[in-house]
Amino acid sequence: MTEPLLRVRDLRTYFVTERGSGTARAVDGVSFELYPGETLGIVGESGSGKTVTSLSVLRLIPEPPGHIRPGSYIEFEGRNLLTLSPPELRAIRGNRIAMVFQEPMTSLNPVFTVGDQIAEAAIIHQGLSRKAARARAIEMLTLVGMPDPAERVDHYPHQLSGGMRQRVMIAMALVCHPKVLIADEPTTALDVTIQAQILELLERLQRELGMAIMLITHDLGVVAGTADRVVVMYAGQVVETATTTELFARPRHPYTEGLLAAVPRVDTPREQLRAIPGSVPAATDWPAGCRFHPRCPYAWDKCRTSEPPLLDSGPGHQARCWLVTEPARRSATA
Amino acid sequence: MNLRAWLALLGALSVAWLAARAARRRAAGTAGGRRFFASPFAGLGIGVLTFFAVVAVAAPLVAPFHPDRQLDIIDLVDRAPSWSHPLGTDLYSRDLWSRLVYGARVSLGIGALAMAVALTLGAAVGAAAGYFRRATDVVLMRLVDVGIAMPRLFLLIVAASVWQHVSLGALILILGVTGWFGTSRLVRAEVLSLRERDFVTAARALGARPGRIIFRHVLPNVASPLLVSAALGIGNVMLTEAALSFLGIGVRPPTASWGNMIADGAGQIVGAPWTTLFPGLAIALVVMALNATGDALRDALAARPSSYEEET
Repeated sequence: MTEPLLRVRDLRTYFVTERGSGTARAVDGVSFELYPGETLGIVGESGSGKTVTSLSVLRLIPEPPGHIRPGSYIEFEGRNLLTLSPPELRAIRGNRIAMVFQEPMTSLNPVFTVGDQIAEAAIIHQGLSRKAARARAIEMLTLVGMPDPAERVDHYPHQLSGGMRQRVMIAMALVCHPKVLIADEPTTALDVTIQAQILELLERLQRELGMAIMLITHDLGVVAGTADRVVVMYAGQVVETATTTELFARPRHPYTEGLLAAVPRVDTPREQLRAIPGSVPAATDWPAGCRFHPRCPYAWDKCRTSEPPLLDSGPGHQARCWLVTEPARRSATA
Repeated sequence: MNLRAWLALLGALSVAWLAARAARRRAAGTAGGRRFFASPFAGLGIGVLTFFAVVAVAAPLVAPFHPDRQLDIIDLVDRAPSWSHPLGTDLYSRDLWSRLVYGARVSLGIGALAMAVALTLGAAVGAAAGYFRRATDVVLMRLVDVGIAMPRLFLLIVAASVWQHVSLGALILILGVTGWFGTSRLVRAEVLSLRERDFVTAARALGARPGRIIFRHVLPNVASPLLVSAALGIGNVMLTEAALSFLGIGVRPPTASWGNMIADGAGQIVGAPWTTLFPGLAIALVVMALNATGDALRDALAARPSSYEEET
């Protein structure tokens, strides 16, 4: 395979909580690679650390209370993003790596026109004049499929619908043609038909602009339709990583299995959806041993005492589960 | 008082009336505008402010005499209001109406400019403290605590006595520099909440510098509370200026300000009450108009337009 574009190694982002209830280890040793032109899905439920991971890449974690632990390493174009000076980092933000946020309602500034906001990154990074920036904004609105771009460019965010606002967010992020687009739940706040449109748009733009997308989502349906590879996160760690087809065909981690079982399907009749019992534990005290063991149907003594590493279970497929070493136990319990 | 002065006064009155009416008509189109005029005094406030603003700008037309000219120190001392001197004359036989008109320039000008100085300082300090937090916040806000704890009038008296002669520019500066503490607290509180908003994170993700984020993304969102506090604050500055001038350390005679007009008339408050009554009334009217307008502005701007309210 080619050289990865973005390489995250042992990322640990901790938050110091108030009143001394300890340190929340929101992201606790996460590693993954993003290759040029691919879409990497990062999946997990709320509290699994996927959003903190994405914010850490651009160092957008509020500090304090958050901090990225020494020893973490995020390589992009041969440089460690974690050791860059603020000006060097700003030259990358919005220019080489851009981000689309979950809430298009609150991520746009209410007092500026969408044109001004789209043009902002071009003005910052390419020093465009106001006039050129405006033309660029119209061009970007056309690219993201906004109807009447020449008119919409002067509209304020509150005059647009949710789907249009998300198109504006995408236009904002792509104005400098970044190599990497981090999309943090870009479709969660939208209704289903708009979701499909936005995902289609992202796919088309990826083909046209040749960028890599890091797609953060809790929706396996979104992943199945768009991602080439998937990283499943649980309790601040990567628990499984594989290509999308491999992951859906042969999930190795019980958590992934549970997630897949919880997806409603139209092709198989089932009366009730199966949910994973319990919820993600607090980030201040992860369970000892395997962090998933309290919710795992297969857990045995070993899981409660020793934490499994990421184990190879096939080409390009890794899972953080002792079942990989003792596959017989799976059938015995089930 | 000659025909030109009467016509000019009539003109100022009608401009004020027309301005208030036009504002009301335009405001009827928007939800915020309707909330503004929901208060019965809002239109009156706009009218009064426009009237004094027009009078101040067109002072040479409106005033029948030079404000400092002693017309006739034998026959025209402390004359009661009449057709030729509608507000009467003062101890030095100067025409009170002319002095009131020119005094409007000084008093309103000082109020507006000092407030502008205070707003700039308050917004800068408040934004810096709220955005950078940590040590910046602690240092700046303790400074503000000190500023608020100091009696302002005392501070001003000290400043005035240190520099014997205080020019108008210096007076504006002093009033502005001692008047920003409350504004900075207000701005800081707004910025503290705004900096956590997603669009600020989004701006950081675009690679914007802190200065750009503060000036382009944060401060414009503080504009409405700032505007309200400015409207209410100008009245306060005008009262302080009046108090200083009354104490003889504000605007230097013979230049007329509403404050030193009251000071000039204080000795004859029994024999010639009009010398203090009219400037006092002018101050009261303008301050009340500013408060009415400020309150109405607050009502109009308090509720931000909801997402779909203005969608067409």
